[in-house]
Amino acid sequence: MKAQVYITLKDGLLDVQGKTVKSALDELGFKGVAQVRMGKYIEIDLAEAKPGAARQEVERMCQKLLANPIIEAYRVEVK
Amino acid sequence: MKFGVVVFPGSNCDQDCVRVVRDVIRQPVAILWHQDTSLQGVEAIIIPGGFSYGDYLRTGAIAHLSPIMQAIKSFAEDGGLVLGICNGFQILLESGLLPGAMMRNTGLRFICRTVPLRVERVDTVWTNKCQKGQIIHLPIAHNEGRYIRDPQPHESLAEQVVFRYEGTNPNGSEEAIAGLMNRAGNVLGMMPHPERAAEDVLGNTDGRLIFESMLTAHANA
Repeated sequence: MKAQVYITLKDGLLDVQGKTVKSALDELGFKGVAQVRMGKYIEIDLAEAKPGAARQEVERMCQKLLANPIIEAYRVEVK
Repeated sequence: MKFGVVVFPGSNCDQDCVRVVRDVIRQPVAILWHQDTSLQGVEAIIIPGGFSYGDYLRTGAIAHLSPIMQAIKSFAEDGGLVLGICNGFQILLESGLLPGAMMRNTGLRFICRTVPLRVERVDTVWTNKCQKGQIIHLPIAHNEGRYIRDPQPHESLAEQVVFRYEGTNPNGSEEAIAGLMNRAGNVLGMMPHPERAAEDVLGNTDGRLIFESMLTAHANA
């Protein structure tokens, strides 16, 4: 299976990189940008062939290492 | 008092810490490699600054899983003194020995300058040589020093704050926190670098207060 992991900053936390990118988009003339939030995207190739088990394994990886639960949330997709 | 200075791939303040322990406060010091599992009988641990594992994933995230950190967690749980400086502070946060997390400075810049700090607690093993409310000056050098509290426990950190940035908050840290200890008081994380301000030749010896406080606490223990 291949897992796709999306790590995002929790709501309410100031995302200074996102704010800076938004300013740059404003400069370029993209006027409709209300907000930009930056995160991480991780692809993981797994030996596990069952989607349910693969998802569980990757969620454990997120809890133990890939995301910091104090500041980040995560979402896992497997296919 | 035997000190241990931990070295990870990417540490870059380890030799500064070794020098202060060996040549300034004149104590024995062991250099502990991240793969080591023995702390060699040390009585205090310093986790120095730098960019352990290139700050990959998050600052301190990979370092906190190293074999030496498992030994340091047991050492800290038994009351051993652990001082984390800069990246060392970030590693202590990732390891759960201190509460909270670090994020990018609000100004998005790496800040490298000497800043004033207010000493909030003097009844600690880290600051017993300071005066209550004393303003000391120490260098900071970091990109990720914006301290974020753990929203879950809802407990006040007030008792655990040892140093606050005085005047301008350089990095947007919550409550201007620059140094924080655990509830038991034997683990301290601080973003400023006391080891870079501990000798007359450097023009500032405020950092010596922290190392000398540790010695005094140890002698009185």
